[in-house]
Amino acid sequence: MKTKTILVALCLYTSVNFAQKIKGSDTVLPLAQKEAETYMKTNKMAKLTVTGGGSGVGFAALVDNTTDIAMASRKIKMDEKIKLQDAGRAYKETIIAYDALSVIVNNENKVSQLTREQLEGIFTGKIKNWKEVGGDDMPMVVYSRESSSGTFEFFKEHVMNKKNYASSVLSMPATGAIVQSVSQTKGAIGYIGLAYMDKQVKALKVSYDAGKTYIAPSMATAKDKTYPVVRPLYYYYLTTVEKAVKPFVDYVLSAEGQKIVEAVGYVPLSK
Amino acid sequence: MRSILKNDLQRVKTFYKKFSERFIEGLLMLSSSITSLTVVLIVVFLFKEGIGLFNQKPVEQGYVIAINKNNKVKKLSSAQLKNIYDQKIAHWSEVGGTNDSIVLFQMEDISNYFSDEQIGDQLQNLPTCLNKLLDSLPNIIAFLPEKYINKDFKGTILDVNKVSLADFFGGKEWIPTAKPSAQLGVLPLILGTLWVSLGAILLALPLGLAAAVYMSEIADSRIRRIMKPLIELLAGIPSVVYGFFGLVIIVPLIQKTFNLPVGETGLAGSIVLGIMALPTIITISEDAMRNTPRAMKEASLALGASKWQTIYKVVIPYSISGISAGAILGIGRAIGETMAVLMVTGNAAVIPHTILAPVRTIPATIAAELGETSNGGLHYKALFALGCILFLITLFINLTVEFISNRRKYNKH
Repeated sequence: MKTKTILVALCLYTSVNFAQKIKGSDTVLPLAQKEAETYMKTNKMAKLTVTGGGSGVGFAALVDNTTDIAMASRKIKMDEKIKLQDAGRAYKETIIAYDALSVIVNNENKVSQLTREQLEGIFTGKIKNWKEVGGDDMPMVVYSRESSSGTFEFFKEHVMNKKNYASSVLSMPATGAIVQSVSQTKGAIGYIGLAYMDKQVKALKVSYDAGKTYIAPSMATAKDKTYPVVRPLYYYYLTTVEKAVKPFVDYVLSAEGQKIVEAVGYVPLSK
Repeated sequence: MRSILKNDLQRVKTFYKKFSERFIEGLLMLSSSITSLTVVLIVVFLFKEGIGLFNQKPVEQGYVIAINKNNKVKKLSSAQLKNIYDQKIAHWSEVGGTNDSIVLFQMEDISNYFSDEQIGDQLQNLPTCLNKLLDSLPNIIAFLPEKYINKDFKGTILDVNKVSLADFFGGKEWIPTAKPSAQLGVLPLILGTLWVSLGAILLALPLGLAAAVYMSEIADSRIRRIMKPLIELLAGIPSVVYGFFGLVIIVPLIQKTFNLPVGETGLAGSIVLGIMALPTIITISEDAMRNTPRAMKEASLALGASKWQTIYKVVIPYSISGISAGAILGIGRAIGETMAVLMVTGNAAVIPHTILAPVRTIPATIAAELGETSNGGLHYKALFALGCILFLITLFINLTVEFISNRRKYNKH
């Protein structure tokens, strides 16, 4: 009898302890779901719930203490850091995988490479025709994600030098919609995560050294860090819950967890 | 004795009957008042949040724009701030200052000037660092959190105007996430919404009317029995399905037909919305036409009018109020639709000069952006203000319906 109650209490304790919430970036969402599923299969006691909403949503939840782990496809912003500081919470940051952001065009487009400066010109609206970057004489149609996306912010910060997108840029509600639109529009250009790449569209080689070397995005170039537009994917958690979330985070970082990263289509951490 | 008992029983029975009637009446009244109260509450909430926008500055709450104390510039508009940070304005002379180039600073740039140790792990030295920075660079413009400004701050804090009605309704740029100063011009969004809705109604009205005439006057009952549920089924398809259909079928079709650089246009939105408005238009106007009294139609035919003349001169004039109600409710649906439009119109916030260009509508903007806004912030309130505009447009449409149907009734009697 006594042992039974202790066992029940223990079960309750651990299940309460492990009912963790993971919230944030839609880019990380498919990966986190897969990781959580396999983790729960091997650890029957563990309970994880994964929800999306965007990187900003994850950080907001971390500030409000409504999530245990915040997923993010960008680094924490200064004002989010300040909010956490005000709330008196310390956090830890872990990189769980990498993603290579690919710039894509229609398969019929002759242009196969662009420099960062040219990309900035295209997305801020300075360059409007493909002939300005060595292509045919046709107007450019620029696709982007909606502003809620972490990818939108990352691209603005790292490719566009923090300048604002031109208001003529078409914004699509999902990455899949960008692939669809680029595949059916001749003058189109857009950006997507490596996991969404397929044969319907062509990925451009990108140069970050003013045209000296152009690198194509792929799992290999992202792994050896020669491709310039690689972004880390993060987990953020508060130090107060570190004990509870550590086993799962460690699992994601383990060899088994990193295998899932590659299977989902992101770049595993190099050992 | 027995009769008294019977009488009592009767009285109790009628009492219960009355009571239950009263109870049901009360229940009905309660439910209708709850419904109206909910509507009123939602409207009050919408306007309260929306109007709050005009009490706010376009710069994020808790942040200030600061410059060096020797700088002559005292005031910058929201658009100037955005252009400065986009490096479209590169010299102070363009905004009334000296001929030096502007040095931009945001909190993320702090690591270029100070190391983490200098700032301190609890950010305790941040105010001193910022103070030093503002003092040492004469041409700096800095976007800073207010609480890291200490008392002996050596820079000047710039005054930024509140969001004005003129900026909101007359502004041509909608970039609510622009840092440091949000650009909240809704003109492109309002025009986009009206363009798409107008196109939808121009496409759907003739088609819907034709179908309604056919079904009510020409088709035999067997065809009608198949067609009517089929058309009503159109109303039950989720809008995201229409959106995907539009993106994969209609968008490439428009691009090829008109030889455009891009197929995601206002027209694509109009076609999808036109299809979505069809069931409303057809059902309501068909019902109105079928309500034409048989006697009137037979009188017309007896006078020697042909079937077409009867439809044209008797049925349509008789049911015109129902037809206009159907058309206007159809537009109402088109104006408020979010998901389908979000997928096919391209959502570029530029003022459309033709229906063959990408447009961004109000509902699509709210749907796409509300998720990322922080509760009570500037962007959140701006989206609620957009909701108010949409509400007023729909209200205007509904009042028009009321007016038209009332006037018609009055004419008849």
